[in-house]
Amino acid sequence: MNWIDFHLPVLLILLPLMGGVISIFLKWEHIAWLWTTMISSLVFVGSGRLLYLLHQLQGLKTQDGLIPSHISYFIGSWPRQWGIELRIDPLNIIFILVVSLMFFIVTVYARRSIASEIPGDRIHFFYSIWMLAITGLLGILVTGDAFNIYVLLEISSLTIYTLIAMGKERDPRALTASFRYLIQGSIGASFILLGIGYLLMITGTLNLQDMREQLLLLDDFSRNRTVMVASAFLMVGLGLKMALFPLHFWLPNAYAYAPSAVSALLAATATKVGVYMFFRFVFTVLDAGHRIYFVSIRDLIMICAGSGVLICSLMAIYQQNIKKMLAYSSVAQVGYIVLGLALNNEAGIAGSLVHVINHALIKGGMFMAVGAVTYRCGANMLSDFRGLGRQMPWTMAAFTAGGFGLIGFPLTAGFVSKWYLIRGAVEAGAWPVTVVILIGSLLAVIYVWRIIETIYFVAPENPERSVQEAPLSMLLPTLLVIAASLYFGFDAMLTGSLAEQAARVMLSGGLP
Amino acid sequence: MSSLPMLTILIPLIGALAIAAARRRPDLRESITFFTALVLFGTVLSMVAPLLDGQEIYFKLIDVVPSMSIAFRVEPLGMIYALIASGLWILNSLYSVGYMRANGEKHQTRFYVCFALSLSGAMGIAFAENLFTLFIFYEMLTLSTFPLVTHKGSPEAVRSGRVYLGILVSTSVGLLFPAMVWIYTQTGNLSFQPGGVFKDAIGENGFGQGQIALLFAMCVFGIGKAAIMPIHRWLPAAMVAPTPVSALLHAVAVVKAGVFSITKIAIHLFGWDTLTKYGSASWLVYLSGFTILSASVIALQQDNLKRRLAYSTVSQLSYILLAVGLWALIDPSESSSRFAITAAGMHIAVHAFGKITLFFAAGSIYTASHKTRISELDGIGFKMPITMTAFALGSISMIGIPPAAGFLSKWYLMIGAWEAHHWFAIFVLLVSTLLNAGYYLPIIWRAFFCAAPDESNFGNIQEAPWPMVVALSVTAGGVLFIFFQPGVFLELATLLAAAP
Repeated sequence: MNWIDFHLPVLLILLPLMGGVISIFLKWEHIAWLWTTMISSLVFVGSGRLLYLLHQLQGLKTQDGLIPSHISYFIGSWPRQWGIELRIDPLNIIFILVVSLMFFIVTVYARRSIASEIPGDRIHFFYSIWMLAITGLLGILVTGDAFNIYVLLEISSLTIYTLIAMGKERDPRALTASFRYLIQGSIGASFILLGIGYLLMITGTLNLQDMREQLLLLDDFSRNRTVMVASAFLMVGLGLKMALFPLHFWLPNAYAYAPSAVSALLAATATKVGVYMFFRFVFTVLDAGHRIYFVSIRDLIMICAGSGVLICSLMAIYQQNIKKMLAYSSVAQVGYIVLGLALNNEAGIAGSLVHVINHALIKGGMFMAVGAVTYRCGANMLSDFRGLGRQMPWTMAAFTAGGFGLIGFPLTAGFVSKWYLIRGAVEAGAWPVTVVILIGSLLAVIYVWRIIETIYFVAPENPERSVQEAPLSMLLPTLLVIAASLYFGFDAMLTGSLAEQAARVMLSGGLP
Repeated sequence: MSSLPMLTILIPLIGALAIAAARRRPDLRESITFFTALVLFGTVLSMVAPLLDGQEIYFKLIDVVPSMSIAFRVEPLGMIYALIASGLWILNSLYSVGYMRANGEKHQTRFYVCFALSLSGAMGIAFAENLFTLFIFYEMLTLSTFPLVTHKGSPEAVRSGRVYLGILVSTSVGLLFPAMVWIYTQTGNLSFQPGGVFKDAIGENGFGQGQIALLFAMCVFGIGKAAIMPIHRWLPAAMVAPTPVSALLHAVAVVKAGVFSITKIAIHLFGWDTLTKYGSASWLVYLSGFTILSASVIALQQDNLKRRLAYSTVSQLSYILLAVGLWALIDPSESSSRFAITAAGMHIAVHAFGKITLFFAAGSIYTASHKTRISELDGIGFKMPITMTAFALGSISMIGIPPAAGFLSKWYLMIGAWEAHHWFAIFVLLVSTLLNAGYYLPIIWRAFFCAAPDESNFGNIQEAPWPMVVALSVTAGGVLFIFFQPGVFLELATLLAAAP
């Protein structure tokens, strides 16, 4: 193994971190953008390489009959009892790929969009914070240390509050949205910190694997009060971070008033990282698959997720602001993801992991398409979409294809997600979940169709308004992401097998 | 592996691209449509002989998710459906050229592109090897026909489009999709195969009687395109589309896709043994019988010609479902022949020819005189003799009188009902024949035996443009021809009934 391969896990954090710091000094907006693009492409290539390495590792070890699965990296070569361990396994590689891919594509997209929404003298700061946010998100994904997760979570949260607030040039409500997120996000983060603290108290370690092993040694694990309190704090804190209904109130406004590129990036990555932490704590640390403890709160989680799907899909139907509509839809999609997780069987968990990938592509692409509308029309209300089918045919085609993905139409990625999720629900005999998922799909038909009708069948308010197709630098990334989402609906072998494998590993307790 | 089934899906797709590319040259565009239809029909036809020889024609495109593939296999029922859909597309293209130009319709390129896409979807449904593939193409057909339904772009068209899409999508996503997943989780298999997939999955640990019945109901109601009551509302709503769309799609390709899918699911997914064992489909006889009668009664009351035809379609589609229901009742120990399923296969073909003729005639009347109401048709038979003669032929086929092809399928259906000792079905067949006569014959009566009320605004009406007249004459000829030479359709239908 060569030097770069060996250090790849830590490079994923270091690259955007150093890139972000250096970007402060690049006062020319194009240079700053170019620098960010370079860093993001390196990060993306690096995470692709990690997937390859992980895959190879598995090829090697299966011959011995071991279930193989992770790459460990010890920072400063300290063993994991004292130092920090970075750990890549089939679960987080999915999230790493999603985050780094969207980071790269949205960065390419961001140049024109950001230049039109943020004053020129602050653009290099924007890119600096942009990269620091990614540092935090990627850091959470690669690290195997609970306290590290908390620190990196704070880094990503603080930077994301700033990114959202930068939408104030276009709409001053971005400031209140950001402040609201700041308050709720901080509550969430402190709950997580408390949860980690309790776990540290009872296990004496911060390493996630060690924590798990220590917890398994407790004879009263499923009834232990401290573990219970820790879990409660973690669930609420993580619920806030991933916008699980009814803890989602920060999300719609934050997504709606942030700069377009920021909305696209956040929709594709930020809540997904929350979902990842939920997965990690529930399955790896608390070993939910086998403990009565999780089964008892599973119903509560399902009720939250299920009502999230229904209520937020309903809310989405009534939104006039398209970004807000997409944001409510995102909360509903988080509901699907959590429902799959709570089903606690292979198909269900695979469904929620596949949906993480698919939803990131679909929703990222849709936010990018809406960003292009904002760029050309200056606003993103439903009425601005009138007649755009003729004026921006490609952008609208991308938006429509994304919409079909949200509905879960066959041959879109959304269909594959629903296929797995419903399979999981049927296998678990959870009929209410099946019904919720299906009703959610039908509600999605309504909120998507409302816009498609406006795009293609309603004449523009002001017929003289001349709107051009989005610039290529915005259009191409959008089309690319949407095309990927369609491809993964047609050939889901890659996403499906990644997710199924991760689901198996999770169910066997997240152990290698 | 034979790539022919895949070709039948690709040809219309490529045709659609070529049509879009030729959008600035209408003549070329229409020629491409016509040519595509011809090539498609030729391709479908080339598979008939190997199929009758018993060769396997199978093609696997891709595994979408592990253990679930898009694959195609040619079998008799699908072949009947593919033959009529692709064959009538040729005539319909000819007809469309006349209709769209004579009525000065807008967005003609979109019209032809969507038409080609719909045919691609129809071929995918016809040759689907498993329910998963069928579902994908079923939804593709819904989507590609939507722009055709809303073609006019008027508020009424958009409203009808909502009904159309709302009913078809909500039934398929809400019922057919979970049914599919449920079958898959229990049997691990969605392939259409002789005898069905339930063999090992019924009994003690698998599906019970209630579950089989529930699953079958989810499939029947999940396939809204079959327009069984109470989910038939989309079909009259879809009549807002231009007439060529109503003719080929809402009398042939789309609605037949519905009944075809139900028949195929019943025969090749559930299987005779499974359905007869528990009598899980006995309710279908009553529901389809009810649909036949009540749709006919509604049709009696319609004054708008296309709406009357639409309700007639609702009623006629349920004949096929009635046949499926009867087939699932016949006790294997008593009878080894399955005339009911022969009737189902035949009626798919026969009704297609009859109904497309009727719609062609309705469109010709509209093009020539802009009349849409039956009460306005007095004396039109003398102005448009060819059109109205064809209409008369189509009508007697609907009623089921020789020498029109409709008689054949009714004959087999009657035998099927007799074999099943199902008095209700026999009663339905008799009464519905009377009702059919009741709402078709008055139209012919008005056209030929009533004097035109006012010569002044009726005088200049003449036959519609020649492509339309040619098209409807050929389909009307087909109605007669099939009666005397049922040939390939009967062979295929018999082959279908012979399968276990």
